[in-house]
Amino acid sequence: MDQWYMLTFVGKDRTGIVANVTRALFEGKCNLGEASMARLGGNFTIMLMVRSPGSLEELESMMTPVAEKEGLRVHVDAIEGELHHHEEPDVRISVYGADRAGIVADVTGALAEAGLNILSLETDVGGAPADPIYIIYLDGIATLGIEKLDQALKTLRKEKNLDASLTSIEPLTA
Amino acid sequence: MAVLDVLLYPDPRLKQASKPVDIFDAALRDFVADLQETMLSGPPSVGIAAPQTGRLERIVLVDVSGKLKTPHHGFMTLINPEIISSDGSVLGREGCLSVPDYTGNVYRAERIALTAKDEFGLTRNYNFTGFEARAVQHEMDHLDGLLFLDRLVSRRDRFRRKVYKAPAH
Repeated sequence: MDQWYMLTFVGKDRTGIVANVTRALFEGKCNLGEASMARLGGNFTIMLMVRSPGSLEELESMMTPVAEKEGLRVHVDAIEGELHHHEEPDVRISVYGADRAGIVADVTGALAEAGLNILSLETDVGGAPADPIYIIYLDGIATLGIEKLDQALKTLRKEKNLDASLTSIEPLTA
Repeated sequence: MAVLDVLLYPDPRLKQASKPVDIFDAALRDFVADLQETMLSGPPSVGIAAPQTGRLERIVLVDVSGKLKTPHHGFMTLINPEIISSDGSVLGREGCLSVPDYTGNVYRAERIALTAKDEFGLTRNYNFTGFEARAVQHEMDHLDGLLFLDRLVSRRDRFRRKVYKAPAH
């Protein structure tokens, strides 16, 4: 039976990485699931669910030529994959402030304590190089209710000198 | 009354434009009743459009009254609806009866003024805001062969616009 794997690729960004990696997977009889890919600080990163009839070792050696050609490091994990079971976020939070070490730990620590289950999170560094600002945006599930998260953000604003906003997500099905 | 089959993407009929209704008779009202029953019998939904059941006519039903706290007009039958004016742009998450197990972020006008016929052919004018305006726009897209999938924006998009807003302190 086919097995799900999580493939991660990291390398210097250039045109054609996604096309060549996914072509190699297709030719190796793999089927793709959910994926997240982004350029982070000039590197291109891929996290990709792949269903393959082969073993982990076979998948790794199948990826070696394309990884070498594209200058990518590749890592393969066998995972329990499941599609069609999306968790729906009910809250969206953004936090930003003057960059300093510890912002993400402060913010996610306080939010985890307030019951936030993070479904997706992205961070960015913007602003002038001499005066950077750090930006976090995330979607999640408020397992203890939105009020708790609101309180946590209030504390972060006051005690950690951050700007934060919270929007509840009311999905519309129509 | 009858529960109609809801088409699922990639059914090609979901990508076709619908025709205006010009006969407002008992057969139309029977269809509207079937459409309402279909909407009520499926997964919780704030609206449905005739083409979602394979009938390519410009008929949508909207009812956001199940969502508390939002101002609304209750149950509406909107036939040959036309947006007269719109303003504002808000990001919100949408799903669709025709696209199970997926939701995505879509920008919609915050406020719309709309004219439509009811099931007796009488002209009615509406002003919608917020969630109800979103529901109406989502349904009206079906009449032009558009799904919310045609309007998806990336996750990052929301912050680029939000960053200019003052945070709620």
